[in-house]
Amino acid sequence: MSNVSTHKSGFPNPLRWIGAGVLGTFAEIGRLSTFAGRMAFAAVTPRWFFGQIWRQMIQIGFYSFPVVGMSAVFIGAALALNIYSGGSRFGAEQFVPNIVVLGITRELGAVITGLMLAGRVSAGISAEIGAMRVTEQIDALETLSASPFRYLYAPRLLAAIISLPILVAASDIIGVMGGWLVSVFSLDFDSATYLRNTLDFVTTDDIIVGLTKAVVFGAVIAIMGCYQGDRSQAGATGVGRAATLSMVGAAVLVLATNYIMSNLFAELGL
Amino acid sequence: MSEPILKLENVVKSFGRNEVLRGVDLDVAPGQSLVVIGGSGSGKSVMLKNALGLMTPDSGKVFFDGQDVTQSTGKPREMMRSRVGMLFQSGALFDSLTVWENVAFRLIHKERLKRSDAKERAIATLKKVRLGSEVAGLYPAEISGGMQKRVSLARSIISEPDLIFFDEPTTGLDPITADAINDLILEQVRELGAAAVSITHDMPSARKIADEIAMLFEGKIIWRGKASDVEHSGNEYVDQFVHGRASGPIQPAM
Repeated sequence: MSNVSTHKSGFPNPLRWIGAGVLGTFAEIGRLSTFAGRMAFAAVTPRWFFGQIWRQMIQIGFYSFPVVGMSAVFIGAALALNIYSGGSRFGAEQFVPNIVVLGITRELGAVITGLMLAGRVSAGISAEIGAMRVTEQIDALETLSASPFRYLYAPRLLAAIISLPILVAASDIIGVMGGWLVSVFSLDFDSATYLRNTLDFVTTDDIIVGLTKAVVFGAVIAIMGCYQGDRSQAGATGVGRAATLSMVGAAVLVLATNYIMSNLFAELGL
Repeated sequence: MSEPILKLENVVKSFGRNEVLRGVDLDVAPGQSLVVIGGSGSGKSVMLKNALGLMTPDSGKVFFDGQDVTQSTGKPREMMRSRVGMLFQSGALFDSLTVWENVAFRLIHKERLKRSDAKERAIATLKKVRLGSEVAGLYPAEISGGMQKRVSLARSIISEPDLIFFDEPTTGLDPITADAINDLILEQVRELGAAAVSITHDMPSARKIADEIAMLFEGKIIWRGKASDVEHSGNEYVDQFVHGRASGPIQPAM
């Protein structure tokens, strides 16, 4: 960290502060990009550690299923209630199934799953890698001629980009079912009509949009977790800080990439 | 004297404004056991990491078996590491793997040995460090600190390296266990005919395992001589350190 100089009067020089901040931000982006590039290269070139990939898929995908499922059912239910009460102002209550399925498949299924996993998975990866960094296990890997990028980071990246679309697909189904539950049992919708409207309205493009976002969110979550863990400073505070930074960074990047991709898909007419 | 297996030439390493190594010159002959002593924060671990290629010096050179490996990556670095073993201060055992998987890590992942064959060799190597096969299936968290050091020693010798680094091998151990670890280090290094570079501030350990002792102070090697000469080195810094006196030219790290 650069030292911020002061005027002769002893007050901090604001231009130096701004300059140091801008340079620091660019340096951080450069480090993160280089790290992500190395992770991606290790993920797409042999050798692959299939045992590690499988283990990470269980950690990232299977163990996240309960939290993703519970989030989806409540989001779907709340969405149905809000659309119903908002739509009733201009007699559009009948569009609840259409808007629920559209909102869940194109946006909320992927974003909610991404945010939940930014907390559960990215912070977990970061804490695990950070603990390995501070206990010299990553140095030990290197001395044993094993690249941490191949053995630790690439399996997490691959597992995340395989698991996220599966989780989002499940989240889509559960979210729609959440909306259906509220609509049928609380808002007096006919069950068969609700489901028919849902299936008639949703398109393959809507599902592809959500699943494509999931792949990108998976990459973001794994990269942030590994990056912050790898840079972890010594001690419990350092590991804790890395976990916090990875969680916050992944959550912000999930939302930012979601906006960018939504724009892109709109441009492409999807 | 034969060609050194490891040579550090004027190695400089800084972290920000903190100059840790200020021109370290060091060489180790094949089969020689060199112990580098020095106080806490004197740069011993940084020197070891530069020698191993875990850090890159700001300036200066590192030679392994006559080859300049200062900036090497990829295959040349792998070639070097395949001939080097390392025992970390903390043991640095992978806590998600069992004891035998830790010991056989290089055999499985680098030499691509079958798991059954690798396990057999791991158990044979564990025996060399006086650990029975019953610990092979345990996880590092299930064994004591002394046993973890032995497992780490087994991992560092299993591929029969030409050079082994020992980072504070006896730190955190009781005197009896520490002495047992020293005996094992001596025994295994002699059996392999490997060179050894150890860093420690544990003088009984240094006296026991060293052929030669060097002292690192303020980022430079300020004395080097035979282990038997360390008690009467004629260097006031070495004398203070060896006799553990608070008063003298070295200020205690407080």
